[in-house]
Parts: sequence; C-alpha cells; structure tokens
Amino acid sequence: MIDWLPDNIWFSVGLKVFFALVMVGAVMTMAGYSVLAERKVSAWMQGRVGPNRTVLPFIEYIPFFGPLLKKLGIFQPLADGLKFLFKEEIVPGHVNKFYYYLAPLIALVPALTTMTVLPFGQLYWSDGSVSTLALADLEVGILFVFAVSSLGVYGIALAGWSSNNKYSFLGGIRSSAQMISYELAMGLSLLPVFLWVSVPGAQESGLSISGIANSQEGAAWLFMVQPISALIFLIALFAETNRLPFDMPESETDLVGGFHTEYGSFKFGIFFVAEYAHIVIGSALFVLLFLGGWHFLPFMQDPWPSNWVGSLLGVGWFLGKTFFLIFFFIWIRWTLPRFRYDQVMQLGWTKLLPLALANLIVYVLIVTLIDQTASLPL
Amino acid sequence: MAKTVVLERKPLSLSERTYLPQIVTGLKTTFTNMFKPKVTLQYPEEKPFIPKNYRGVPTLVKDPNGREKCVSCQLCEFVCPPKAIRITPGSVPDDQEDREHVEKAPQEFEINMLRCIYCGYCQEVCPEEAIFLQEQYSSSGYTREEMINNKQKLYELGGTLPDHHYKWDKKKEAELDGNAH
Amino acid sequence: MISPTTEEMVTITLNGKEVEVPTGINAVEAAALHGQEVPHYCYHPKLSVAGNCRMCLVEMGTPMRDRSTGEAIFEEDGSPKIGWVPKPVIGCATNVSPGMHLRTESDLVSECREGIMEFLLVNHPLDCPICDQAGECRLQEFATDYGRGYSRYIERKNVKPKRTRLGPRVTLDDERCILCSRCIRFSQEVAKDDVLGFVDRGSFSTLTCFPGKELANNYSLNTVDICPVGALTSTDFRFKMRVWFLKETKSICTESSAGCNTIVSSREGVIQRITPRRNDLVNDTWMTDSGRDLYKSVRSESRILRPSVNGNDLPLKDVVSSAVDCLRGEKIGFVVSCHSSLEEQMLAKRLVSLTNAQTFICGHFGDDDGILLSADRSPNLRGALVTGLIDQYPNDNLADLNDAISKGNIETVFVFDEDLILSGVSKENLQKVSMVYLGTHSNNSSRLADVVLPGLSVFEKNGSFVNRSFIAQAFEMSVPGPAGIKSQVEVLTDIISKLSEEEGISSDLDEVWDIFNSHNQSVLAGTKFSNLKKVSVPIDGSSWSHLNFVEKTALNYHPIESEPK
Repeated sequence: MIDWLPDNIWFSVGLKVFFALVMVGAVMTMAGYSVLAERKVSAWMQGRVGPNRTVLPFIEYIPFFGPLLKKLGIFQPLADGLKFLFKEEIVPGHVNKFYYYLAPLIALVPALTTMTVLPFGQLYWSDGSVSTLALADLEVGILFVFAVSSLGVYGIALAGWSSNNKYSFLGGIRSSAQMISYELAMGLSLLPVFLWVSVPGAQESGLSISGIANSQEGAAWLFMVQPISALIFLIALFAETNRLPFDMPESETDLVGGFHTEYGSFKFGIFFVAEYAHIVIGSALFVLLFLGGWHFLPFMQDPWPSNWVGSLLGVGWFLGKTFFLIFFFIWIRWTLPRFRYDQVMQLGWTKLLPLALANLIVYVLIVTLIDQTASLPL
Repeated sequence: MAKTVVLERKPLSLSERTYLPQIVTGLKTTFTNMFKPKVTLQYPEEKPFIPKNYRGVPTLVKDPNGREKCVSCQLCEFVCPPKAIRITPGSVPDDQEDREHVEKAPQEFEINMLRCIYCGYCQEVCPEEAIFLQEQYSSSGYTREEMINNKQKLYELGGTLPDHHYKWDKKKEAELDGNAH
Repeated sequence: MISPTTEEMVTITLNGKEVEVPTGINAVEAAALHGQEVPHYCYHPKLSVAGNCRMCLVEMGTPMRDRSTGEAIFEEDGSPKIGWVPKPVIGCATNVSPGMHLRTESDLVSECREGIMEFLLVNHPLDCPICDQAGECRLQEFATDYGRGYSRYIERKNVKPKRTRLGPRVTLDDERCILCSRCIRFSQEVAKDDVLGFVDRGSFSTLTCFPGKELANNYSLNTVDICPVGALTSTDFRFKMRVWFLKETKSICTESSAGCNTIVSSREGVIQRITPRRNDLVNDTWMTDSGRDLYKSVRSESRILRPSVNGNDLPLKDVVSSAVDCLRGEKIGFVVSCHSSLEEQMLAKRLVSLTNAQTFICGHFGDDDGILLSADRSPNLRGALVTGLIDQYPNDNLADLNDAISKGNIETVFVFDEDLILSGVSKENLQKVSMVYLGTHSNNSSRLADVVLPGLSVFEKNGSFVNRSFIAQAFEMSVPGPAGIKSQVEVLTDIISKLSEEEGISSDLDEVWDIFNSHNQSVLAGTKFSNLKKVSVPIDGSSWSHLNFVEKTALNYHPIESEPK
C-alpha cells in the first residue's frame, strides 16, 4: 500500500513507533480531558461552575477566546498534571517497595496496550482500496483486548497488597473479585455478536474489531439487533473500568481511598490516568462493537466522500460517538449511588451471568435457524 | 404505646425489577440539572449578601461623637465561652474632659480571633453597647499574633454606630446642673 | 457589739419552728444560725449596732397573756396566741429572749425589704459596669434577691462628689454611699481614729472626713472591706480586676506575730489583692493596710529565681549537692528564721541535729499599735520556740554569730532568709566563712553566699505559723511559684536525705509533722498540717510564759503575765 516509501525494516519500525507515540499521546490527552469533563459535568449537574480559574499566561488577554477557555477550564488538566509531578513524593515506611512502585505501571501499561488494536477509522486510497486505521488491525483483536485489559487488575491487586494497609488490601481483593465476576458475563455477552456477524455470507472474520464495525455499515447497529448483549456488555464495562456504581476498589466512603490509599503524587497520578484511559478505550470499544464504529447512522450509507475528507470525517464521527459514551460514563456516575459489595457480586453472578447464557442460547438457536433456512435450497 | 403498623409493600413489576426505568428517570434529572442556573458564588470577585443581624468579627464601636464606649467592665471577658477576650482595665486620663467622668476605660482590649467562636455573647452582655459583631467575616493572617485583634484594630474594624442613650452625657449634664445644695 | 454573753441557750420560734440559739445574740445572727438570711447593710457583727439602714426588718411577737390574770391565752386550736408587734422591728437591734417569735419570710417582711431597696436605689447611680464592688456588692445581691426588679423613679438622680480622696489608700464615691455608717463606726471603735462623719441632711447627706483630717490610719482599707456598696474603694485595687475573676485562697499575714487570717485573691497566677478573713480568735474581720501590700514582694526584682554556686547558675540538683558538701564539714552554724514556716523549722531542727551545728536566730521588732500590728514583726517566732529550734527569746541582732566567726568557732553558715549584714555580722567575717543561703529574696549578705538556693514565698507554698496567742494556723498556696523553684520544705528534705544517705524522705507536710512528732516531745503532738488547714488550733504555750515577749495587749491578745520559774 505504502509502496512509494522506502522498503526498510528500520524505517517501518520507526514509523510504527512514531504512530504508537501519536496514539499514546492521543489517548493520554483524551484521558486528561476526561478528567476535566468529569469535573465540569459533575459541577453542572450539581449546580456548580467547576474549574474556571486556570489559564496560561497571556491567553487570558485574547478577546473573547481567552476568557472562554478559562471559563471552560481548558488548562486545568495541564495544571493537574504538573501538580502531580511536583508534589512531594511520600512513600510510607510499611510498604513493600518493589511491588509498590511496580503497581501503577502494571495498571497503566495494559490500558495503553489495548489501544494498539483499536481501529478508529478508514483510509480511502486513491486506487479505491480501503484500509483500516489502526496500529495493528488484528484478526483476533477482541480477544487481544480482553486478554490485555484484564491484566490491569493486577496493578490494582498488587497496589492493594503491597501497601500493607487493610483498606488498600480490601480494595485490591474487591477489584480482582469484581473483575472475575464481570469478565465472564462480558465475554458471554459478546459471543452472540460474533455469531451474528459470522453468519454465512458475511465476508469478515468475526473476531476482528474492524470487521464487526464494518458489518454495521448501512445495516442495523448491533445494539439494535442484540440489545441484551449491549446492555450486559455496557454494565460489565462499567464494572471492569471500576466506575460508579461499581467502584468497589476505591469506594472512599468505606475504604478511605481503596487500593490507592497509600499512593500520592505522580504514582497516584498514573493510577488516575490509567483509570480514565480504561474509560476512553472502553467507550471506543463499545462504539466499535455496538454503535457502528465510524459509520454514519444505522441503515444509511456513509454520506462522506471516499477520499481523505471522508477519512477525516469518519474519524471525527467515531471520536464524537466515543465522547458521547465518555459523557455517558460520567453521567451515570453522578446519577447513581454506589452498590454494596454483596450487591455487586449478586448482580454479576446471579443476574448478568445467567442472562448472558440465556442470551447466548437464544441467539445460538436463532442463528442456527437462520443458517438452516439460508442453507436450505430455495 | 404506639401501635406498629406493618405496611405491605407492593410487589415490583418486571420493569421496576430491572431498575432500568428508574435509572433513566435519574439520568433525566441529572441531565436537566446541567442547564439550570448555577448557585456557586465566585467568591473573591462576588461577595455574599450579609444580612443585617449577621454575626461577624467582634469589634469595638465608638459613639457618634467619636468617643470610646467601652468602660472595661469585663463582662464580655467573663461571659466569653472560649476565653478569647482579654481586657486590661484602666482609668480615663484626666485630660479627656468629656470622658473623664466615666472614670474607667480599657487600657488594652484583645480578642483572639483564633479562639473566638462568633457566639455573640459579648455583644449581648455588654451594658454599654460597645461591642458588636458586625458584617466583617473574613480575617486572616500569617502568624498567631496577627490573629489577636488589639484595641486599636478593634476600633478600626468597629467604626461608629448610632447611640440611642448617650448615658454618660446625661450623667455629665446632671453633674453640671448639680443639686440644690 | 453584740456577742453571746454566756453559753446559755434560749428557745425562740423562728418562722414557726422552735430553735435553740445562744442568749444575747440578735435576730439577724439567730436567723443566720438556722439558715435564714436576714439582709442587712449597717449591721456588722464586729461593730456597734446603728440600726439606720432598716433592711433587716423582721416581724416579732410574744405569746399573749391575759393582763388581769397573767394566764396564757390560747387560740381555738389550743396553740398559744401570739401577740405580734404591729410594726416590723429591726433584726440587728432585737436581741433574742425566751419564747420570742420571729418571722423573717412573711409577706410584710418582703414588702418592707422591697420598699427599703427601692429607697436605697432611688439615688444610687447605675455604675455597676465601672464599679469595683460589682460582684461582691450587697446592694446588687439584695436588689436581685429582695428588690422589685424595676424602677419607678423617673426624676433625675442626686449628684454627689465622685472620686473624693479620703486618704492615701481610700477613694470615696459619694453617689454610691447608702449611709450605713459602718466606716464611721469602724474608725471610732476599732481603729480609734475618729475622722469620718456625715454632713448635710436628707438625701444630701454625704460621707466626708472631718476638716483638716484624712483617713490615713493603718486600718483604713478595712472601711473598704466593710462598705456594703462600692462607695469606699481601695486606691490600689481600683479598676485593677473584676472580683469574679479572682481565685480566693486562705492565707496568713506575715507582717507580724498577730497572724491575721487573710484571703489572697489571684487571677491566673498573679495576686491582685489581700483581704482579711474572719477569725474571732485572732483578727475578727480586720487586718492592717501594710499587710495588704506584702504580695508585691512576690514579683519584686530582688527575687532569687535561679539556684547558683559562686555566682554560676546550675541545675538545682547540683546546687543541692554543693550545699550538702558545705554541710559535711565541722563548725557549722545555722541561722534559722522566724519567717520560716513550722514545717521548715521542723526540718531545720533535724538538719541541725544531723550536722551538730550551733543555732542562731534574729528577732525582728517594731512598735506595737495595740490592734493587729504587734511589736514582733515576724510571723513565726513562737514556732521556733515550739519546735525547739531555740529555747531563749531572740535578740534583734546576731552579735553572737559575729563573735563566733571572729573566734573561728564557725566556719560554715546555713542561712534561712536573713540579712546577716543588717543583723550585725560584719562583711569581713562573712567573707571568711562559706555560706549557704536558702531564701526568696536576695540581700547584701546573700550576695556573698557561696551556695544560693531559691525558695518560695508564703503565697506560693503550703505551711503553718504559730501566732502571738500560740494559735497554730495554716496557709495555703495561692499562686504557683516561679518556674523550676522548689519549696523550702522540698529543698530541705533533699539536703537531709543526701546528708543522711537515707532514701525516700517525703516532703509531704503531714509526714514532716509525723516524723517531727515521733522524734520530739513537743506541744505540737497530736496535730498535723491537714488539721490546721481546716481550723486553727490553739496550742499550749504555758511553758514559755517566763520569756519576755515584746507584744502588748491588743485585739484578741493578752500577754501572759511573766512569772519567773
């Protein structure tokens, strides 16, 4: 495809690294601004104003724009990040130092790794061919995502354990228990999706994320076809990202700060970013799987032209959907109270898991039925 | 004894049991809240409205003629629950012609704002109407010493308030008129 | 002056209840004995009865008898019929008699009190915020207890002179005066200095000094104490502190051997004033003006605040060790003091016998005013006799110590609180000996001392004194001493335990008494400090009646006729 570029192994590796850095930068920025969005949205929902004081020097004096940016708190994430950097580094005396330092990294790395397989748009080449925009458009992308993102819980469990603090420990334990409980339902909820996408006649392989996204072009979005799956997946997504109403590991009312009680300054900052990176990636995943990815609207062909303008519009449309979902995450957080731990477990094991199983069986039957009808000679 | 009535709870319908409609209602509430006017006050720029009977920082006031009203009876010091007030009593110097007959005045008057709980007992107990908790609500300082308001500071904060009695002026008048003998 | 003439009791009926009271006392005292307060202003138990305030009006009656037959008359229910005096009588001038009936709580009585209060308050200025008496003012108290609560008087109040200087220590505010005449009677009867009187008539009556005289006697401040209102004020205490802040502790005046009982009022460790405490055996309710000034020495500049050896400030422990080293030698002389408390003298006695030392003492004498300032100007000379520290009456100098040093018989002196140079020991001699000084204030000879141990003043420690009538009385700590200074008793126990190498000698005053009583046969046996704290204890001083005491007959004191034994 990129045949005018020199065919050099170092060059292609360098290019990949460059793209990876761009992606990391993009996701991190989005994570940072999710924090701002969280603060602003929560403020608005509570009748407050939210961060509206931070501003870079001189920007304030730009007419109209300066004050508007200041009022929106656009520079707040920068200030927050700097604050984490310059805070005094406090390490409690009773922690297990090695794992204590390792934990935030283990929490962040899987979050950033998952995004390598996330497609975010389509590139229309001049020769009419189309390729997916992703760092690595794996055939088994969804499996990779599940496999890697589950590793994030190690960071939390490790943080809880190495802190040598009962609250942190409880937070870590809860996190792993929650992860196991909801991972099952999550996985099961996706099986019907794969079944559906892989019905005979579908050209794409069912485990490719871009394939699933593309299968929704001009057709029904999958959340319409598979509403139960979408619901279970969404709920499990909340649980997996430790968002309210499932933020058991933190639950500051009963566990002080949960797994990160003993963490401060930049180490805490990394946990913080990891959490929001999870949200960003989770939102993107949901958009890709159930909301048609970068495609315009259900039952409609993409209205944009098949050139670079179309690519950009597609990427923008995808980002817009993702932003809406991030907003939805925040919206839910400031609407619902936290579940009790036993309620979380009960919901996961006695409600979501059977529901997901039943859902799977129903769709197996439906898909089999459709398959049978399709294979019958007309 | 009150009778305990056990109310039977209505069984939940299926849609209620999924909680989803309730969640949607909640989401609607929070969403509409986003567009309601904000109640936050942008403090240093916008000042809150101070009602007339507000209990701010205790201050000493002067009468409309600019004379100090406090006679250092120390009742406020006595009544002060956190013992924030400390008065060193003294006499009025002889050269103050219009106040000499009051005889007593504070030499030093200190209110420790780190101790003060703004209860207003001092204002309530003052027989001379000399101490008032006025609208001043913000006091700050870098050292403990700065937070102790001395007599001069208290009079600066207090300013002048109208006097309804002019008790000591009446006394002076009577003294000047004298008795029949 | 009304006082029980005999120990006989009579039965009266007080508010319908039969009670026993001593004969000869008046209705106010009789009611007080049985818990009924009869408010009064002019009456004072230690002054003559004037009966001019009318506040103590009570109803009085006697059982009726038939005039012709002399038979008792009974009510229909069989109880004796009481003939009440139609008008109320003043309680202070009504002495109890057998069978007398008194009503102190009837409607008539409370109406009377209300009326009297109203009259008293008519011209009384609204000075309470600036009045020093506020808080201990009888007028304030009775106005709330018995007054009507509001004023019907709308005319302008009388104007009288304020801030009149009656004497060097007393300032008068005539507007506040309620004309009770207590101060006049006190000056005439107790101070025997007739300088006060009323001039003008009616509501213009004014207290004043007689022309060309002033209230300057040494008892003038007692008029301030007995003034029921804030008319007479102490110039020293004027506008210093409101009385409700004051913490009051019992103490004994150290001015002279009269041993006036006092109340020391302090606030937050600072003494504000000294007032007399009633003790009918010693000082009635009076004390001298000069005794009230003694608290000022607590904060004087000459106060010794740090223990030192040869002028170097050292920790107390080390200084005590140096003192002990000094006392390990031979030819030791102890200069004990009549200013030390009994307990300190007991420990000094023990120290003297431990070191086989010679004892010297110096008396302090002055003029006797025949009331409460005796010729012996030390509080505890008789204590030194009672504890056996000395057996002869002391001279007013230490010439014998001077001689002994000159002859080389004394090489170390341990001094309690005395100024040796002032008492006739020459400076050269003092420089020859090594000297340990234990006292509160520095003086010319303490500056020559090798070892200086600070002590606590009488206001900062517990202890007891024996006064001129051989009455042992306790004083209590009023204010904490300067930081880091131990009481003399503690320092002495430290020295004794180091010297005798005996551990765990207690500095508790009761145990000091116990140890003393177990080692000595003295008239102090059977009592101890905690007993004295409750009540002063007269002790038997007859074994010293041969000594030539300098005190003259005075208030509550009659010298024992000296008879050679």
